[in-house]
Amino acid sequence: MGLAKRIIPCLDVTNGRVVKGVNFVGLRDAGDPVEVSRRYDDQGADELTFLDITASSDNRDLILHIIEEVAAQVFIPLTVGGGVRKVEDVRRLLNAGADKVSINTSAVQNPQLVEAASDRYGSQCIVVAIDAKRMGNGWEVFIHGGRTATGLDAVGWAKKMQSLGAGEILLTSMDRDGTRNGFDLALMRAVSDAVEVPVIASGGVGNLNHLVEGITEGHADAVLAASIFHYGEYTVRQAKECMAQHGIEVRL
Amino acid sequence: MTDIAIVDYGMGNLRSVSKALEHVAPAVSISVTGDPEVVRSAGRVVVPGQGAMPDCLRELDTHGLRAAVLDAAMNKPFLGICLGLQMLFDSSEEGNVTGLGVVPGQVRRFPPTSTADTGNTDGANEHVKPRFKVPHMGWNQVHQITAHPLWEGIPQDARFYFVHSYYVETADPGSAAAYSLYPFPFTCAVARDNIFAVQFHPEKSQEAGLMLLRNFVHWEPASAMDKQVRISESGCNV
Repeated sequence: MGLAKRIIPCLDVTNGRVVKGVNFVGLRDAGDPVEVSRRYDDQGADELTFLDITASSDNRDLILHIIEEVAAQVFIPLTVGGGVRKVEDVRRLLNAGADKVSINTSAVQNPQLVEAASDRYGSQCIVVAIDAKRMGNGWEVFIHGGRTATGLDAVGWAKKMQSLGAGEILLTSMDRDGTRNGFDLALMRAVSDAVEVPVIASGGVGNLNHLVEGITEGHADAVLAASIFHYGEYTVRQAKECMAQHGIEVRL
Repeated sequence: MTDIAIVDYGMGNLRSVSKALEHVAPAVSISVTGDPEVVRSAGRVVVPGQGAMPDCLRELDTHGLRAAVLDAAMNKPFLGICLGLQMLFDSSEEGNVTGLGVVPGQVRRFPPTSTADTGNTDGANEHVKPRFKVPHMGWNQVHQITAHPLWEGIPQDARFYFVHSYYVETADPGSAAAYSLYPFPFTCAVARDNIFAVQFHPEKSQEAGLMLLRNFVHWEPASAMDKQVRISESGCNV
C-alpha cells in the first residue's frame, strides 16, 4: 500500500489536432484531443500532458478551448505546456482547466517567471520541462524545441528550478526522443537523485520494458510516452500490468 | 439560491472542483464565489485551496470570508479539500500560523526526501530503494477507518490523487476518517458532525473522486444517534 508510479500519455497538439512527429518533422495526425483524452482516461492514465506545438501565435487560444472541453469530461490531472511566457499565460491555462502548467524555454530566458508563477499559484502547479542532450560527462539544457543550446548543465538547472519553486521536473532526453530505444537512464537517474521534487521521464519509449526501466533504473516517479499509445500499439492498461508484473506499484 | 458554494478566496484554480461537481450534480446550482453572503446562504459549502497556508488564511481575511467559512464549518454540510482540510486545524508548521481551530491538531511538513541512497544502483534486477519525495504527488491508497456516508460506494483502499507537502496530525483520533501511507500513516480525511475534509483531490480522482463528490451532494449530516444508524446501514451494503 502506497504511492503509485504514474503513467502519463503525452498529446502534442497543433491546430486542434493531436499529432506526432519524429524529431519535429513528418507530423502525423493522431486524432481529436478530446476523444484521445477520453480513451486514455478509460484505459487508466494517471494524468495527461498536452504540449501546444502550434508555431504561430494566431491559434494559441485553440488549446484553451480544448483544455476546457477535456476538463469538463476527464477528471484526472491535466498538464499543459508550450508557449508559456508570462504569469498571465499560466493564469489563462489554469482557468481553462489545466491543473499544472509546464514551462520550458521561458524558464531559461526568464527564471523569475517560475518563481512568480509558483508564488502566485503554488509549486504544485508549476512543472519545469527540461530538454537535455549528452555533452561529455554531463547533459546540456536546450531550448526552442531543441534548437538552441544554453550552456546550462541539466542537473544543476533542475536543482535551480526546484529552488525557484518548480513542483515537478519533466525531463526529456533529446538524444533518445523519437528513437524508440528507451530512456536515457543515466540522465534520468542523475536528475531524479539530485532533486527532491518528482521527476517525469520522457523521450525514447519504444516498448513497455522501457517504462519499467524508467522507474527501476532511471529512478523516475512517473513515465511519459506518446507514440506507443497513440497508434494503439499498447494500451495504458497493458503498460500498467507490465509494470505491476515487475513489482512496481501502479493504479490498476 | 445557491445550493453549493465553492469558496473562492483567490488561492488557485477552482475550476476543476466546480466542473467535477457540475458533472455529478447537473441539476444543482453551484457558485464559485468570494461573497460571504452567498457562502452564508448556500445549502452546502466546499472549501478547496492550493498553495501556502499563511497566504490562504490571509486571503480568507482579505476577502472577509473567515466568519462565513467558520459558520459553514459549524452548521452545514462542509467539504474541505487540501488546504480546505489543513486550515481547519489549530496551527501549521507552514509559516507557523494559527489555523481556524475547528479541528484539534496541527499541520506538519513531510520530512525531506532521503538522499542517502543515491549510490550505485546499476543493474536491472537490483531492488529500487524507495525514496519519498516531497511534494507527495500522485495516486495513493485511502484506507477508510470509519464508516461514513461519503465513503459509500468507494472501495476500501481506493486510490485518490494527492499533491501536498504538509499533512495533518489530529489530536482527536476519533476525527480521523482515513489514512494513507507515505511512508508512515498520516490522516488523509477527517469527519466530524457536518464536516468532511480530505487531503486528496476528489475532483481529480476519476471514479472514486466523483463518487465522493456525489455522496457529498446528497449528504444530510444527522445527529449523532442518526449517524450511528447510517453507519450500520452502510455496513450492511458492503
